[in-house]
Order: sequence, then structure tokens, then C-alpha cells
Amino acid sequence: MSVSSILLLVALGLALSFGLMGVINMAHGELIMTGAYCAYVTQLGFRALFGPTIPGVYFAVALVVAFFVTAGIGLLLEALLIRRLYGRPLDTLLATWGVGLVLQQVARSIFGAPNVQVVSPAWLDGGLRLAPALVLSFKRLFILVLAAAAVAAVYWFLRHTASGRRVRAAMQNRDMAACLGVATRRVDATTFAIGSGLAGLAGCAVALLGPVGPALGTYYIVDAFMVVVLGGVGQLPGTILAAVGIGSLNTLFEFGSTASLGKVIVFGLVILFLQWKPAGLVALRSR
Amino acid sequence: MKRHAPLLIAVIFLFVIAPNTLSEFRLSLLAKFLTFAIVALGVDLLWGYTGMLSLGHGVFFGLGAYCWAMYLKLEAAAAAGESMPDFMVWSGLKALPAFWQPFGSPLFAGVMVLVLPMALAALLGYLVCRSRIKDVYFSLITQALAMILTILIVGQQAFTGGTNGMTNFSTMLGMPLQDVRTQWVLYLVTATVLVAVYLFCRWLVGSRFGQLLVAVRDDENRVRFCGYSLTAIKVFVFAVSAGIAGLAGALFVPQVGIISPAMLGIVPSIEMVIWVAVGGRGTLVGAILGALVVNAAKSGFSESFPDTWQYLLGGLFIGAVLLFPDGIIGATRRLGARLGTPLGTRSGRSAPTQPATVGTVRAVEVAA
Repeated sequence: MSVSSILLLVALGLALSFGLMGVINMAHGELIMTGAYCAYVTQLGFRALFGPTIPGVYFAVALVVAFFVTAGIGLLLEALLIRRLYGRPLDTLLATWGVGLVLQQVARSIFGAPNVQVVSPAWLDGGLRLAPALVLSFKRLFILVLAAAAVAAVYWFLRHTASGRRVRAAMQNRDMAACLGVATRRVDATTFAIGSGLAGLAGCAVALLGPVGPALGTYYIVDAFMVVVLGGVGQLPGTILAAVGIGSLNTLFEFGSTASLGKVIVFGLVILFLQWKPAGLVALRSR
Repeated sequence: MKRHAPLLIAVIFLFVIAPNTLSEFRLSLLAKFLTFAIVALGVDLLWGYTGMLSLGHGVFFGLGAYCWAMYLKLEAAAAAGESMPDFMVWSGLKALPAFWQPFGSPLFAGVMVLVLPMALAALLGYLVCRSRIKDVYFSLITQALAMILTILIVGQQAFTGGTNGMTNFSTMLGMPLQDVRTQWVLYLVTATVLVAVYLFCRWLVGSRFGQLLVAVRDDENRVRFCGYSLTAIKVFVFAVSAGIAGLAGALFVPQVGIISPAMLGIVPSIEMVIWVAVGGRGTLVGAILGALVVNAAKSGFSESFPDTWQYLLGGLFIGAVLLFPDGIIGATRRLGARLGTPLGTRSGRSAPTQPATVGTVRAVEVAA
């Protein structure tokens, strides 16, 4: 389940900006990496303040820091790059890939190529014993809760806030929304920043599970793209279903056969599924 | 005759000047770049002309390379008196797997170099294009393909050599690969293939079919409404492009002496696209030029400043898209047009970097 929930966290931000702007952010993986390094830096900061035993609350701070740092990068990215490439999705893809390369190298220059370790806070150690042989670690449970909270927050944002309403309007019919006075450019910027911020959260979650390195994002990103392709454009239920589906199928096949064959099978299944529903699991109807 | 002059100069350089003036090391480097230029032609056909951005071309390059490498490994094993390649012995395999056996024949392997990538591209292309999956979706799916093929090759170590790939070749068709003369022959073959593929692509894009490709790129619905089968067009051009990449892969292997999953994954695949973007998408010369320039820069920079190269490459992606959407060729053309126009008639801003410009430049190139 934790594979699915991380995938969901990663894909949520991607799907948001893709659904709205038709833009795939290839630097999303590097935003995840940035989020993970934010957790690392926060940890260093706390260590400098409180000595070697740091209060567990640091991780909550890290989440906030990661969200705002990556959201800020997202905002910059949108203003400097993506806005200028409006209506050229393939070009955006290449340009954001370039940004990803630069971010990776920046991380390598600052933190060095070797991996760093984020120590998980004490309150996430241990686990929930469901059965004698089945322990659900708190870390994975926390990631699950984090993903659920992120989905709930995005849902709430889209459904129950004024800016969320504008986002949905622009998603369904950009020109008409613009005619009716929605500042679509600003909506784009906000949405993209939120999507990037979600990547930061995902980065913190990933940092809990393993070492943090400059190429961290690349492990998750392609699967996340497949989630977006499979899920359908701009629909939360589709993204959730697809993330859970791909995540659990991956785990299942890895269990049943070898990991490498499992990936091939999942890819084949996605392609076959798209024969049946080319627009993805949940398609947005729009005129 | 004047139209053909640049081509003639390039051919003279490739076949007369370069082999006689460049050092052994530089020539083999050039040969490697030429194989990349061949791939770039295929990518350009697909992306520059038809508007389908494949982020998985490394797969087809790799398939071609692996097919030929399998043959080379078997020849090396036979020469050493072994029944199977070294890495299989290390992985503890008892006998040569059945699907390896026909690759002992250079003819079979040579055919497979083309057939396998084309078949995979046709299959994937058919499934994807049939359900009208296009644009970004197509790119993402091809990228996923690049990822899973890499994972598959790494995972099936006993059959593929795993992460290390295949290396330690000794001879090709009886010619020792270390020999300078063999490398020389290989260089000439590569250059010939490049020229042949270039002429083929030029013929293709100059034909009615080429016009159709550009039409698909610019407005595929209109093409569909005219009664053309988009699936057929796209599958065909995808397969041709994949076949070209496979051919390049097969030429790459004996000259570089190794093929490994790292050369066909996501990162090399997207680099193939940037070659074309830098040179000028939608122009065949641009694709070749881009592949040569970017790779020359890469080997130059990563020799001396490996860190800087990453920044530069990232900057290339951004710059090629944002500032020079029509690449080197487009930029020189604009410069030429600017210098060519009399001062009085020149408008203040003569270089709008809108996609429309790219389109017209490409349309001009089709005619050229």
C-alpha cells in the first residue's frame, strides 16, 4: 500500500497541472528530490539548534518547509518557462526536462553526489502489529495518511473554495472561463505551485523510506506518468484509482514473478487497458 | 547543381578529408557521432515532420545494437572455442538459450537489427495510435517503454549481460575489431549508411507522403477528415524511424565495443531528441548537425568539466525550446534572411519565436 500511496502523492501534483494546463512537468521528479533535501536540511537545522537528539516535531516542520520551497520553485518555473510555452505541450516537456537536469546538478553541487540520510522522527519508529507475522510500520502508515490528507485537501480546495471553482472552470473550458472573468493565468500559476508543493510533500515521504540522492525523483516519476496516462485528465478519482492500481499491481507482480518482468506486465496491461478506454479510467467530459 | 553543392561538400569531407586527416581516436569518435546522426534522422522524421515526440528511441537503437552484439558475442565465443558467451557462463547457464541460437548467423542478426525494432514500434504504434492516444500521452508511453526495457535487460542478466551489457567482442565477420583497418572500414560503412539514410529521408519527406506527414503534424484532424488513415501513417513512420535507429545501433556496437542498458534508457532517449531540437527540427540537415554538435560538445565538456556539462545540457533543453525553437538551421536561416533584406524594409523585430515560424520554416525545408 505504501507504494500506491507514494505514487498517489507523486501523481496528484502532476495530474493537477496536467489536467489544467495540459502540461507534463518533467521536473516533477526533481521537485520530489528537492522536497527530500528540504527534509534533510530541516533535520540539519534542528540538529544545530537542539543537539544530536532532535525533537520529533522537526518532521512536521520539514513537511511545511518542503511544501513551500517546492511550491516556490513551481511558481518560478511557471512564470519563467511554462507560461511562455503555452499551447506547446511537447516543448514544455523538453524544457522542464532541462530544468530537471539543472536541479539535479544543483543538488549534486550543494550536497554532493553520495546519498544522505534523513533520520525518521521517533514517533514514526516501530509499527502496528496486525498479526504475528504482519507488522505495519508507522512510517508506511504515516505515508498513507499523508497521501489521504493530500487528496482530501486537494478535493476540498477544488470543490469548496472560490479559487478551486475557478480552477475547475478553467479546466473544463479555458476560453469560456476567461470570458467570464477568471484570470486563467493566475489560476495556472496557483495550480502549478500547489502541484509542485505536493511533490515536495512526496519528497518528504520518500525521504522516510530510504536514502536521499540527487537522482531520487527518477525512480518514481515514470510510474507517476503512467498513473496520469491511465487515470484520465484532471479527475481525482481517476488518479487515485490508477495510483492504487499500478502501485498494487507492481507489488503483486514483483511478488509473483521477478521485479523486472512485473514491470513489463504492468506496462502491457496499461497499454491494453487504454485500448478499451483510451481517455483513461475517468474521462472529463468537456465541450 | 548549386542545390547539391552542400551535400557534395559534406560527402567529400566524410569520405576524403576526415579519414585522411583525423587521428585514429578522433575518427572513431566521429564514427560514433555519425551513428548518432543516423538516429537523429529517424527521430526527426517522427518528431520534426510528423509531430510525434518519442521519448523511447533509445529502445530501438538498443534493440538494433543488442541484436548485432548477440551475433558478435557468439562469434567471439566460437573463436574462443566456447559454446556460449562469457557472461552466460558466469551466470551459470548450462546451454545457449534457444532464442540466441539463430543469432550466430550474421545474416539473421542483420535482418533482426531492422526487423525487431520495426516490429516493436509497429506493434506499440498500432495499439497506441489506434486508440487515438497522441501528443504528450504518446511521449509518456514511449518513455515508459524505455524504462521497462532497461529494467528487463538489467533483470535478465543471464540472457542479456545485465547492467554490464555486452562487451569483449573480438571479431566481426572474421575481421578483428581492434584492427585499425576494421575500424576504418566500419567508419566508411557508417558514413555510407548515413548518406543513404539521409537520401532516403529526403526522398520520403519530399514525396507526397512527406507532405502528409507534415499535415499530420500541423492538423491531424483535418488529415483524418480527408479520409486518410492516421493509424497507418503514424505506424509506418514510427516503424521506419525505429528501423533507422536499430540500424544505427548495429553500427554503434562494433565501433564502440560495448552496449549496455545505460545507453538505451530514458536519459539517452531524451538526449536523442535534444540533438534534433538543437540542430533544427523538421530539417534533415539540422538533425545531423545537431547530433554532431551536441555530441562533440558533450565529449569536449565532459572530458574537462563533467559538472558543467549537466548544466549546459539542461540549458540546451530550455534554450532550444524557448529561444531557438527552430534550432541552428532556423537561426542561421533567420540571420541570413536578416542580412539579405535591405535595411529599409527590415522590420524592428524580424524573429518572432512562435511555433508558427517553426511551421513555416519546416514547410520551406520540405521543398528544399
